[in-house]
Amino acid sequence: MSAIIENNAAAEAAEPRQDRWLTFNILRYDPTDPGSAPHLRPYRIEEADSMTLFIALNEIRERQDPTLKFDFVCRAGICGSCAMMVNGRPKLACRTLTSSLPLENTLAPLPFFELIGDLSVNTGKWMRGMSERLRTWLHAREDKPDLRRIEERMDPDLAEQIYELDRCVECGCCVAACGTARMREDFAGAVGFGKIARFRLDPRDVRTDDDYYELIGDDTGVFGCMSLLACHDVCPKSLPLQTQIAFLRRRMAMTGTGL
Amino acid sequence: MLYETVISHADLADKATKNPWPAWLDILQSSTGLFLALFMWGHMAFVASILLGETAMWTVTRFFEGYFIFGKSHPGLVSCVVAFVALAFVAHALLAVRKFPINYRQCRAILFHAKAMRHGDSTLWIWQVCTGFLLFFFVSAHLYQMFVWPQDIGPYASSDRVWSDSLWPFYLTMLLTVELHGGIGLYRLAVKWGWPNLSRDILKMVKWGLTAFFLVLGLATLGAYMKIGFEHRAQYGERYMPDRAADENAGRGDGQ
Repeated sequence: MSAIIENNAAAEAAEPRQDRWLTFNILRYDPTDPGSAPHLRPYRIEEADSMTLFIALNEIRERQDPTLKFDFVCRAGICGSCAMMVNGRPKLACRTLTSSLPLENTLAPLPFFELIGDLSVNTGKWMRGMSERLRTWLHAREDKPDLRRIEERMDPDLAEQIYELDRCVECGCCVAACGTARMREDFAGAVGFGKIARFRLDPRDVRTDDDYYELIGDDTGVFGCMSLLACHDVCPKSLPLQTQIAFLRRRMAMTGTGL
Repeated sequence: MLYETVISHADLADKATKNPWPAWLDILQSSTGLFLALFMWGHMAFVASILLGETAMWTVTRFFEGYFIFGKSHPGLVSCVVAFVALAFVAHALLAVRKFPINYRQCRAILFHAKAMRHGDSTLWIWQVCTGFLLFFFVSAHLYQMFVWPQDIGPYASSDRVWSDSLWPFYLTMLLTVELHGGIGLYRLAVKWGWPNLSRDILKMVKWGLTAFFLVLGLATLGAYMKIGFEHRAQYGERYMPDRAADENAGRGDGQ
């Protein structure tokens, strides 16, 4: 929430620049078309007040090139669909004000994920695989909980901590920014660690650190993290990934060694 | 065949029992790195004693040879320390190389990633890998030399090695690589384990401050050895003897 307010404040603070024409060099490629080759295609548009990259892309698609592929759903930084590489760094298009961009820009799809076409990638496929591998769902005491029973009370501070980690929208920016993941495709990534940290906090989850060690206690998990921390720096939701990964590393090191 | 061999060969060892090795290896990589970085700074401080004068450096050298405890120099003590450091160095290298990009695909991926991202910490890591690779050779050679010839440490012996034996380019390269590698490594340890719990901006400021300090100290120290070596070139091989009565009982000056 604070990040959204900051963005709005930044938008209000940004002075409208008159007659700014922006160029977007967009990486175009259709992996399903054997005749298609990756190439950069330039598009020019006039900047409007409070324009986001998402609005700019829509304008390009509506007025210049209806074949341009990119993803969006919520337009408000909630769904995480519109993540892409903006001038080499992963960002959400809907949360990127064009006033923060230079005149000449390069847009590319998120690396690492399956490319659907142009700026559209299938993050969901990887996220599902990660989720199944790390078992990122609540492991309750009972297989069939009594749904008529009143929920157990939870300390508001603890609920707030869980909610803080639950704000992850699985946009894939952290994985696209991760040098470790770029080298080692089986790396769980910050999004996976964030989810483990979230369920570890949850008193309704019966799993212990021994169970979590089985999931992330190796070089494809938290010990593989080289702490380059680009994940932390690019997270559009400003999640505390640096502290969470460091905490998990300490816990898993103690669990694994029995220290 | 043993049960452990069968299930390990079938890649099922982790499913059978909790494997503590990944945790131990991560701790060992960090702890050997911490030890080596702190040792490097301590080493630099002792070597820099030449800036306080030849007698100061001679005193430090004799101290580590046990002269002030046993009344006689035992260079073998230095060899023992070198052997321990070499052990830590080999362990650290072996553990750290697991993280290196090891094939063309990985090298290309990380280089273009860092180039496109323009992300400070990712770029620092590439520097850490490159300097670490160079240190495989430089530190190995240095440790071997100090292990085999520990008696050749002293104001004149070291200076002769730097200047007359033309090893100053070797030490200059090693100084730059080791200071960069160690400084970046300590910074990474702090963010990796979350201690000290300071912001990365502050940690980086401290890191660059310390790196700059030790680089300046190291360059000044190397310059001092080069100057002494240059002035001493005509007496190459002569050992330093401090002008004190106690030295007459020492049995030798430096390197004797």
